[in-house]
Amino acid sequence: MPRHPLRAATAIAGLGLTPQGKVYGNSAIGFAVDAVQAALDDAGLARTDLDGLLVNPGLTWGDLGMGSFQLQQAMGLHDLRLSATMNLGGATAAAMIQHAAQAIAAGLCTTVACVFSDAPLKPPEPKGERRSSGAAYAFARGWEQAYGYYGVNAMYALVARRHMHLYGTTQDHLGRIAVAQRKWANLNPAAQLYEQPLTLEAYHQSRWIVEPFHLFDCCLVSNGGCAVIVTSAERARAARRPPVWIWGMAQGHLGGDPADSLASGAVLAKDPAFRMADVTLTDIDVVELYDCYTFTVLVTLEDYGFCKKGEGGAFVAEHVTGPGGGLALNTGGGQLSSFYMWGMTPVSEAVIQLRGDGGRRQVPRHDVALVSGNGGVLSTHSTLVLSRLAS
Amino acid sequence: MTMAPEPPAKPLPQVGPDMQPFFDAARRRELVVQQCGRCQTLRFPARSICSTCLARDARWIPVSGHGHVFSFAVMHQAVHPGFAAKVPYAVVVIQLDEGPRLLSNLVDCAPGDIRIGMPVEVVFDDVTAEVTLPKFRPRRAGNQPAVST
Repeated sequence: MPRHPLRAATAIAGLGLTPQGKVYGNSAIGFAVDAVQAALDDAGLARTDLDGLLVNPGLTWGDLGMGSFQLQQAMGLHDLRLSATMNLGGATAAAMIQHAAQAIAAGLCTTVACVFSDAPLKPPEPKGERRSSGAAYAFARGWEQAYGYYGVNAMYALVARRHMHLYGTTQDHLGRIAVAQRKWANLNPAAQLYEQPLTLEAYHQSRWIVEPFHLFDCCLVSNGGCAVIVTSAERARAARRPPVWIWGMAQGHLGGDPADSLASGAVLAKDPAFRMADVTLTDIDVVELYDCYTFTVLVTLEDYGFCKKGEGGAFVAEHVTGPGGGLALNTGGGQLSSFYMWGMTPVSEAVIQLRGDGGRRQVPRHDVALVSGNGGVLSTHSTLVLSRLAS
Repeated sequence: MTMAPEPPAKPLPQVGPDMQPFFDAARRRELVVQQCGRCQTLRFPARSICSTCLARDARWIPVSGHGHVFSFAVMHQAVHPGFAAKVPYAVVVIQLDEGPRLLSNLVDCAPGDIRIGMPVEVVFDDVTAEVTLPKFRPRRAGNQPAVST
């Protein structure tokens, strides 16, 4: 079979990650500027080398229309040939990289910055100065709120409960994912929960958010920004750091009710992405799966074929996915334990591992990485297969 | 001596003309869902366009009020202060016998007693003099009929 023309046609040449978490005094667009500049510095490129800009605005970009143009102006970028503001939720990061790679391979542009940033955390206010206004309960407008139904935690909890009911998935299964990822985070100085160990017992004792989700089933909230520079093979070889080659890519968006499918779009995206990359699961050394919840990881493992549908719980019970185990999964701690940059969290960790920059958490064999992005409630999905090898 | 402030009330449904017929029907002790005017597909909540045949016209029709628990989640955080005295409480997804699903609450059933598949029937909760919320209770022999038809 001839090689797919997009396989290793482009590469990630730079990674920029700002400080993450309770980082105050910067705006969402300010974090984006910092992340893009850091990614350019990492690649050894200048702002004038950029001719494409793709932006995934976090929640606090708010009504800032045409985000990629706003960022272009904020950074003084001129003569771009690709610009878009994209939102597939947590699937956006890998999707931006796909669109960048496609445009570069088609000759439309050469060097594209893809960036996510957000600043939802506010500094704590002094006691007695909490402001209250009529807008404070604006989130309660609607009809489901009259029943006390609030937020994405509850939306995922309803889907997780179906999985537990149909397949016998247990609280312990979810907890094992949380504990394994925390062990990785305890080896990652950039993780928000670097210094906080977690046992399975402590997981079970942690407070409920929305049953069946404990506190440690849910991702963190982070201020910060993360960017990558995607460029052509030729330019990537000339960059300051070793290229991270884009071997395969695909998307999958199932539609309908995730409580029926109990599946992510990986069931659509895996095969075309793996075909393009010319890999099978056994070729994958590092797995970075989108983890808004422990449950999302469990379902995504099933959908990439690490086990059959419904056997995700048994899989994480039988396999060690923490440091030193058989499956290197979410090796920076993921969004559960390191930081929440939507789909950029798994992308950034894949780049770090493939380059061998993982420090104490470096996976010994790190040729090929699988990255997933997931948005909404298993609504959108994107897949990348990345490698430190050009072929 | 100062009086303790009244605890804030639970939010009332704030809906547009698309969903208003659902709550108007609840005042009449009727549970209704939307039906496409062309392909007859039942749907809930209200949508302006049928996702099956893309027709725009639709009507609201009464349903039996019988169904079963499809899924549930137990809320432990009072996201809205009106629910502060209620936590933990459950939100449930009811699979109606006629097909559509709707989000609601169960009455006469503690969160720990809820099971997926549990048969339920509609009841009508007059939360104010003007607003009624359809809710559900476990369906058992001997329950007083809640639906007048």
